[in-house]
Amino acid sequence: MNYLKTLFNGIVKENPTFVLLLGMCPTLGTTSSAINGMSMGLATMFVLICSNVVISLLKNLIPDKVHIPIYIVIVATFVTVVQMCMEAYLPDLYATLGLFIPLIVVNCIVLGRAEAFAAKNNPLASLMDGIGIGLGFTIALTLLGSIREFLGKGCVFNTSIFPEQYGMLLFVLAPGAFIALGYLIAIVNKITKKS
Amino acid sequence: MKRLESNFINMVLSTTIVALLAAGILGYVFTVTKDPIAATKKAKQEQAIKDVLPEGAVLNADMIQEIDGCTINPAFDAEGNFVGAAVESNDPLGFGGNVKVMTGFDAEGNIINYSVLEQAETPGLGVKMLEWFKKKGNKGDIIGKNPETNNLTVSKDGGDVDAITAATISSRAFLRAVNAAFAAYKQANFAGAPVEAVAEETEAINDSIDLVEVVEEVAEVATEVAKEAKVTLNNPVPNK
Amino acid sequence: MNNLIVSPAPHVHTSNTVTKTMLNVIIALLPALVVAVIYFGMGALIVTGISVVSCVLFEYLINKFLLKKACTIGDLSAVVTGLLLAFNLPANLPWWIIVIGALVAIGIGKMTFGGLGNNPFNPALVGRVFLLISFPVQMTTWPVPQGFATKYIDAVTAATPLSAFNEGATEMPSYLDLLLGHVGGSFGEVSALALIIGGIYLLARKVITWHIPVSIILTVAVFSCILWLCDNTYMDPLTHLLAGGLMLGAIFMATDYATSPMTHMGQIIYGVLIGIIVVVIRTWGAYPEGMSFAILIMNAVTPLLNHYCRPRRFGENPKK
Repeated sequence: MNYLKTLFNGIVKENPTFVLLLGMCPTLGTTSSAINGMSMGLATMFVLICSNVVISLLKNLIPDKVHIPIYIVIVATFVTVVQMCMEAYLPDLYATLGLFIPLIVVNCIVLGRAEAFAAKNNPLASLMDGIGIGLGFTIALTLLGSIREFLGKGCVFNTSIFPEQYGMLLFVLAPGAFIALGYLIAIVNKITKKS
Repeated sequence: MKRLESNFINMVLSTTIVALLAAGILGYVFTVTKDPIAATKKAKQEQAIKDVLPEGAVLNADMIQEIDGCTINPAFDAEGNFVGAAVESNDPLGFGGNVKVMTGFDAEGNIINYSVLEQAETPGLGVKMLEWFKKKGNKGDIIGKNPETNNLTVSKDGGDVDAITAATISSRAFLRAVNAAFAAYKQANFAGAPVEAVAEETEAINDSIDLVEVVEEVAEVATEVAKEAKVTLNNPVPNK
Repeated sequence: MNNLIVSPAPHVHTSNTVTKTMLNVIIALLPALVVAVIYFGMGALIVTGISVVSCVLFEYLINKFLLKKACTIGDLSAVVTGLLLAFNLPANLPWWIIVIGALVAIGIGKMTFGGLGNNPFNPALVGRVFLLISFPVQMTTWPVPQGFATKYIDAVTAATPLSAFNEGATEMPSYLDLLLGHVGGSFGEVSALALIIGGIYLLARKVITWHIPVSIILTVAVFSCILWLCDNTYMDPLTHLLAGGLMLGAIFMATDYATSPMTHMGQIIYGVLIGIIVVVIRTWGAYPEGMSFAILIMNAVTPLLNHYCRPRRFGENPKK
């Protein structure tokens, strides 16, 4: 099995945000700035990698009828660990991301990849898939966050590009998230379909 | 290796073991992060208070008062003199919800600084309250003003403060919170020496006054007795 | 290259074209434009000019380079969108905000969905609401009408009747002022009289039917009258009708073909609901004016109304 191919698959061909359209809630909710989007993506990637590897290791020990509750317990454990560590060592980020950290548990990407990939493949492939999908998600969120921050406040990663008063406030709010995401999906799909 | 069969024992065993392992991991991480989390929370609270007080202010956790829903944190300088207080107050009628403000007053009641702890206002409008009311030269600047002598309400309501452009409701909520903080601060009666010390002194003085009265009475009685004794001595009653 | 279209009889011919309809709408908007210039001076002309030119330019550019379709600016719909967008703006709005509004109105509101007729929302209102949320300070500082003396840059600003009422003012301008338009506000919406004249012209030329404007106006009048009779501190019905964007919205924006229901029954329900939503937002909502939001909300409901208010086919059993 070509592990590298699995890795790149998650970034381009099966990008969770632009192609699979999974995990829309945190995508729209945490991308008001580039750094928020990137942090959310990285937190999700960590959970995704851990849960993919663990579920893949245990896949033969989990009876089929109870596999969903057990997957959720595993995912929830990792998310709670991430949450507690963030609260202790990165309190500012914890305050900004707020409710969206525990929401990683119900992020469709995590459970979806567990079911679709980790339950059927070996741990190394699952690790690659976790990294790939996680990277794809992080890139998508960072991109959307940068665009929204640029159009809405005139800065990217907190470095000002044009004065904030010329920014279109709508993009910092929820409606702008939808509009920006819609156009971004259209543009990305147009580019990737050509190639 | 084929997947485990879904019979009753396997299902119970697998779910129980996974749950126990999860609980163990979570318990371990909890104990490791418990202290850093508590320390961060405490530091954040103290920082919020220190931000609005002058440099070098010392806090006294035992003298924190709660009046009318506002929390008053008095501050002292290195010698223990009262220099002011940081008062946390809130107003529920902001444009998007609760507005929580930490205002720093000095001993005379002038506003040293403020910081907005919580708000849910519109970006670009109400959110401007974070800097609007402390920008120098702006007619909305309230730093240095004393709510006793200045009318800290928006100009539309007849006050001295310019509201944020197009965000009157947010401005009103903010100023209401600041005024509530000042009212609670006045009630706490910190001006001059702290209230408890004065009360103790007064008590001590009262106690000593009582003691003096008692002693005086005793002295009077003793004088009476002595007088009687002297009389008796001078006029001995012949023994029968 | 002209295509030859083949279809079975019967064929109905009319001399009506999109261009002719749009031309009628432009003519109907002229009285309001004249009044706007009289009250707000050069600012009104500048804003209108920038808006119309931008809208036409963006439609041309998007058609040529993005969609690679034939140019549609000749049907004058971009001009109408530009005019209607401008009428919803303050007369002292900086030029770059107007250009952004035009880009959003045409680009997001109209062309993304496929051009004229395919848009689910009124493009001018999409642009206007986008600007209102994105630039709240500039969009809510209206110049005081001072005739030709009103400057475009650095104009003296004041509150409009509705925004003053929203903040607790009890003194409202006189009805005559509201009717003629001698009040603050977006320069196209102030003069109820000029807009009514335009509306009568449109009715006479059969561009619009009476159903939508009348149902909106009647609903607003009745609903606000009930509220006012219950409690005198609410705004009285006549002020509701004459102040703010009600006339402009009821006559020109809500009646847009692509975004309003097709059947008369649907149109009446559409108008009634717009009227209710407008009064609710104006009375209990945080914004002082709710017409644009009410129309956009009902634009979203229009497909539902079209589905449920279909006319019965000849001989169709309604129970089925």
